[in-house]
Amino acid sequence: MADATLQHDAVGHGFAGAYEAPLFGAYSKKVGMWLFLASDSLTFGALLVAFSYNRISNPAWPTPFAVQSITNATIMTACLLSSSLTMVLGVFAAQRGDRAWTRNWLLATMVFGTAFIVLHGMEWSHLIEEGMTPFSNPWAPSVPQFGGTFFTLTGMHMLHVTIGVIYLGVIAFRKWFLPVLAAIWIGGYFLIPASNIFHYGIHALGLGLIVATVVLFLKPKDYDAHDVEVSGLYWHFVDLVWMFIFPLVYLMSTKIVS
Amino acid sequence: MHDVATHDDSKGQYFWVWGALLVLTAIEVWLGYRQVFAPVRMLEVLLALSVVKSALIIGYFMHLKFERPLMRWLLVLSVVACFIIMYFFFFPDAGRILRLGVK
Repeated sequence: MADATLQHDAVGHGFAGAYEAPLFGAYSKKVGMWLFLASDSLTFGALLVAFSYNRISNPAWPTPFAVQSITNATIMTACLLSSSLTMVLGVFAAQRGDRAWTRNWLLATMVFGTAFIVLHGMEWSHLIEEGMTPFSNPWAPSVPQFGGTFFTLTGMHMLHVTIGVIYLGVIAFRKWFLPVLAAIWIGGYFLIPASNIFHYGIHALGLGLIVATVVLFLKPKDYDAHDVEVSGLYWHFVDLVWMFIFPLVYLMSTKIVS
Repeated sequence: MHDVATHDDSKGQYFWVWGALLVLTAIEVWLGYRQVFAPVRMLEVLLALSVVKSALIIGYFMHLKFERPLMRWLLVLSVVACFIIMYFFFFPDAGRILRLGVK
């Protein structure tokens, strides 16, 4: 189908021969996204190996995650898994040409993603309140690398989820999403107490707003099923990475209270 | 997009995959919270379950199962090759775990 579509486009625009046939039966942006994800998997792979190595080589590794944290992380996992299902349904709706349901499913995916970010932010805030920093932790002073590896790994993932939510918002709502994003950014900045790290972390939304604005104004277009499918690949990758972070970070450091 | 017609009519399988992923997550939580194994063995078991979950996500949700074999093999082999290269960077340090005597 990709071949046929490309040939049709080429003929329709009077540029027969101007477009190369797809190399792997897919659009170049889909191949490009796959290659980006392959390279990004190495970033997370290195961080996960570093975390696991530190975890296994330190018998005094802290185990601060009690029932509340594990329950919270399990709900976060369920949110991401459910978001992947709604993303798949969104891709199907886009391929059917059903614009309303495409938007609805993408919005549902964004809601699950936002729930994940909020729950993760609460978890971070709780740990920071207990005295955990990137350089120290109150549970095992002899293992200062716990904070550094935890915040780097989960922070990188949270950033990816945030980018994913913005990406889906742009695909689903295009320019209509920009004022919403701006409102969340400004509102969040004033509503989150200055003592909370996310008072400053929410500026990631500001950066996302700038990038999304530049992209939308430089190349305004009505995103089609291919764009939805490619954005879905990114979103599923974010889900995929969490499938390794959740057991390695949380379940390997479970606090058992007998 | 060559795969649109081939798997749109079997949407139910994605709900099964979603259910399987939730069940596998529940098993992981149970294993982790009950601390069934020692840390090294626990790491191996949890990683094995994570690999199964990621295979389901890549194969079904990311539709790699429905891509052309050439693209499928190219992507899988590329990632595996990259991880093998990365493994050799980590291998010398990772091997030290055994000599550190961590149980």
